[in-house]
Amino acid sequence: MASSIRVRAISNGDITEVQTLIQHPMDTGLVKDAKGELIPAHFIQQLTFECNGKDVFVADWGTAISKDPYVKFSFKGARKGDDLKISWTDNKGGSDTITAKIA
Amino acid sequence: MKARIALVLGSVSAALVALIIASPRVIAADKIDPAADAKAFQNFFFQKFPDVKREDFVNGPYSMNADMKRQWQEKEEFPPYEFALDAGKEMFATPFRNGKSYADCFPNGGIGIRQNYPYFDEKEGKVVTLELALNRCREANGEQPYSYVKDEMASLTAYMAFTSRGKPMDIRIPDDPRALAAFENGKRYFYTRRGQMNFSCASCHVQSPGERIRAEILAPALGILNAMPIYRSEWSGMGTTSRRFVTCNSQTRAVPLEPQADEYRDVEYFLSYVANGLPISGPGARP
Repeated sequence: MASSIRVRAISNGDITEVQTLIQHPMDTGLVKDAKGELIPAHFIQQLTFECNGKDVFVADWGTAISKDPYVKFSFKGARKGDDLKISWTDNKGGSDTITAKIA
Repeated sequence: MKARIALVLGSVSAALVALIIASPRVIAADKIDPAADAKAFQNFFFQKFPDVKREDFVNGPYSMNADMKRQWQEKEEFPPYEFALDAGKEMFATPFRNGKSYADCFPNGGIGIRQNYPYFDEKEGKVVTLELALNRCREANGEQPYSYVKDEMASLTAYMAFTSRGKPMDIRIPDDPRALAAFENGKRYFYTRRGQMNFSCASCHVQSPGERIRAEILAPALGILNAMPIYRSEWSGMGTTSRRFVTCNSQTRAVPLEPQADEYRDVEYFLSYVANGLPISGPGARP
């Protein structure tokens, strides 16, 4: 099974631009399935980007985030070749982690 | 009484005259010339949108609106169909339980052949689409067919389209009256108004590409299938050509046909043929 996280981190001088796509249903708990039964809530609660032992981006998410979320941001202080660790945890105890090299 | 008879006779003869006048036109319409149709179809769009590059029509609404195009180009750096594409690649490479695989069902192992679909099967006497061929391949190898509209089918066609990106659409119409009839039937389906809204496919995609329909921008019919399958943000997921036809029908409040019904196969044949020469751009992303 391939990772649920896709990441691209590109260093451009002082600034590192990060793009991430995460595969997750992000069910709100308000939608019914074809049989009319509620689909239980299932969403990412916390998403963390860590670089050189330091959190550079932490998001506390709820049900208002779309399915398969896309995140883009940039930060200062990283160099080419540094590790960027991305992890998420959801309300059902699921989680995933990936480490990418900054290019 | 006499006057009434005269009136009836008069209208009968008027009807006869109308029939006589109309009949040469019927004969003219019987002559099916797909090559001329394709040329006229393409020229219509090239003249209507002289600023759009020819190969750009396959990018649907993005060829019509600079603002949307910029957003899409940024999105393409990290396309939303990527997960489906990877899943499709894996599925395509995974053998069936009998040890055979999709590659055994297609010419060139299924790689780089999207531009040749749909084709006219002279044995069956009907149009065969890529989605149909994939499910037939599964059934021939003792597997259950997939749903035609999304998920696995969209992933598989996404991968097959991806391996064919940039290749010009190359649909052939064999010298077979049934193939010409299929083309003509697809053309008729495309231009026939239906549903509560009384829309034909052409009402939106020939008359009004680039115009807004609520918040969306209509795609040109030329090359519209070259981008299939698509990730639609509105669907939060992938959809196949079948899904696009079905939802187009229901949005005009017509009753959709079953996916891969003869009419859908024929309209796919027609639309693909008139886009001959334009590059495959699928899988695509649409709002």
